[in-house]
Amino acid sequence: MRNLFATLAATTFLTAAAQAATIYPLDRATILVNSPFDFKIELDAVHPESDVAVTVNGKPYAETFGRDAEFVAEEKGDDDAVLGSALILRDLALAEPGEYTVEVKAGDESKSVTWNVYATPETAKAKNIIFILGDGLSVAHRTAARIMSKGMTEGKADGRLAMDDLDHMAFIGTSSTHSIATDSANTMSAYMTGHKSRVNALGVYADRTPDSLDDPRVETIAEALRRTTNKSIGVVSTSELEDATPAAVVSHTRKRADKAEIVGMFHDVQPEVILGGGSAYFLKSDVPGSKRKDDKDYIQMFKDAGYALATSKEELAAAAGSNTGKLLGLFHTGNMDTWLDRNQLKKGTVDKFPDQPGLVEMTKSALDQLSKNPDGFFLMVEGASVDKMSHPMDWDRAVVETIELDQVVALAREFAQTHPDTMIVVTGDHTHGVSLIGTIDDNKPGDEMRQKVGVYDDAGFPDYADEDGDGYPDSIDVARRFAIFSSNFPDYYETWRPKLDGPFQPAVQNENGEYVANEAYKDIPGAVFREGNLPKDSDTAVHSVDDVVLQATGPGAEEFKGYMEQSDVYKVLADAFALGTGQK
Amino acid sequence: MIRKQHAIHGQDRPFLRPDRRACLTGLAGLAATLSLGAAGPAVAGAPEITFDELYSSYGVLGLEFSEKVKLLTGRTVSIRGFMAPPLKAEAQFFVLSEIPMALCPFCSSDADWPDNIVVVYLDRRQTFTQPNQMIEVTGRLERGSWIDPETGFVSQLRLRDARYRKV
Repeated sequence: MRNLFATLAATTFLTAAAQAATIYPLDRATILVNSPFDFKIELDAVHPESDVAVTVNGKPYAETFGRDAEFVAEEKGDDDAVLGSALILRDLALAEPGEYTVEVKAGDESKSVTWNVYATPETAKAKNIIFILGDGLSVAHRTAARIMSKGMTEGKADGRLAMDDLDHMAFIGTSSTHSIATDSANTMSAYMTGHKSRVNALGVYADRTPDSLDDPRVETIAEALRRTTNKSIGVVSTSELEDATPAAVVSHTRKRADKAEIVGMFHDVQPEVILGGGSAYFLKSDVPGSKRKDDKDYIQMFKDAGYALATSKEELAAAAGSNTGKLLGLFHTGNMDTWLDRNQLKKGTVDKFPDQPGLVEMTKSALDQLSKNPDGFFLMVEGASVDKMSHPMDWDRAVVETIELDQVVALAREFAQTHPDTMIVVTGDHTHGVSLIGTIDDNKPGDEMRQKVGVYDDAGFPDYADEDGDGYPDSIDVARRFAIFSSNFPDYYETWRPKLDGPFQPAVQNENGEYVANEAYKDIPGAVFREGNLPKDSDTAVHSVDDVVLQATGPGAEEFKGYMEQSDVYKVLADAFALGTGQK
Repeated sequence: MIRKQHAIHGQDRPFLRPDRRACLTGLAGLAATLSLGAAGPAVAGAPEITFDELYSSYGVLGLEFSEKVKLLTGRTVSIRGFMAPPLKAEAQFFVLSEIPMALCPFCSSDADWPDNIVVVYLDRRQTFTQPNQMIEVTGRLERGSWIDPETGFVSQLRLRDARYRKV
């Protein structure tokens, strides 16, 4: 393992040495007019300042940027290695829309990038935006949720998901700046800033220095809303609030794992509604359960800032009636449990945290609070466990999470009925390599489970029932159920069955850092060993590079069409809110 | 918030009984004579505690140490669990978890530790076990927030001068 890291490090170093200078923002960046961002040039060699010439559209850069950048003679890497010279100009903002070609020459190094600075319509099309994100939401999740929730007769769905009737859509390319593959940090960051970045990065371009908090920043939508409007901001997730997706609304760090710092970034922006898990990073370090290393008591700090605090379903309901205008809901020290665990199986950590609200209840409370603002709001709602259950290939939990997410879409559409100036966006941040391929039928003959997989005509229709009409299957443990498989996997035991004893944990690490099949599933009747097709250091199934399907409705949604880069989605949000124009 | 009551079993309250032999496990001289892979006589007598008995309540605003943990703090105890892969091979400690870790928080930035881990500082180097292998760790129980000075790793419960055996 350590040899692998050493090899990787050496490769990265060699690649970097062969590259020309780097300019941030990168080439083809699209930048909202007047939006602050950090400009940085990284040179591969050390140069005297006088040898570095930077122009913007052919003129010395300071004429356009209005200020001189700080010159760093020698940037240092790990172990004090010299990385080269650099120029940094923080909080640059460009007031004139148009093309900006930035060129640097230093010795034999040169680089040129062109940015597009865009304006927005003068008046907003939408007063509110509800941005609903299913983490990892893929086509198979939607198809399976529709069939599981609504049923199917003679090949036609017996009902439609709420997300099935959104009238605009686009395919979204999720790749990151350094890889076709991607994670939830850089993907959500692209949605929330309009700039693509590197895996693990939030609200920054990933520079070469080791410090994770000094990377060139770009403005988040929350900061843009504070700068240009009096709108309220809401962040709702079933994950830890410091997790990548909710964090991306407010954060700037190269490392999504800077969770203690991310809580501070929430406190800086102070979204009016913050609901989710992850209280461990709000607690000061001497409280058992805290994951902080300092004595900052963010529970108290948010209270001091005027927030009402809710820590259970009941307190959330009570706080929704309050008039503090600011609401912090923390319902778990870590990630909240899935719908299936909370409501049916009572596994996971439900015994420790029995009073968690669901995503629909949290969204309802958020809408109640946020809609009190006559200037409108931006609300981000994340169904986090679609992804968190897809990684370990716990497809039953992932599909039921998708049904819950869809009920959030239904709630948002209901809200838009009475608030037609609301744009609703429903999307994933990236996809998983997951497919629904047929059914598994316990009543087929024999003991060998693969012989019970029904494909083509033989698949028929599954047995899920919804007698109580709540949209959720009354049980996932049915004789004929979905056959869902991942295209990629670590070593694991395929059990062909729902995981009724708690979320699936397919692989565990051995003494060599390699993930091996978790033997807890070895003796389940019919279980078979599947040798992984992923590198041995992959703990679970991975994200796929496949496009995301985005759907939207309401004023401004007509801009979603065809293929779009994830960063282009931000411009649609900025146009809908007219963020290029000051509205305070 | 949920509270769990852990009865102190029976009349003899085994984990409260002073155990002279257990108290000696911290002595390096004696400990060094114990063979690996088998419980030595000093280890066998240490009071046992389970993961379920570490905290009396779990809540969003914090966990509460159980009475049993409070009583046994400073004492040599045994606990069964699974060894998470160490941060680095030469690390002075490893993380003991209730069930095998399916994600590696040291290697993957989207993974995080469960609330109820115990950090184990060994009294000397021992070989790594398979993650599917349950182990029993014996060491001096220490409670309260502690930041490992070398790694910055935060823990609430630790076993010091510890060693382990396969179960």
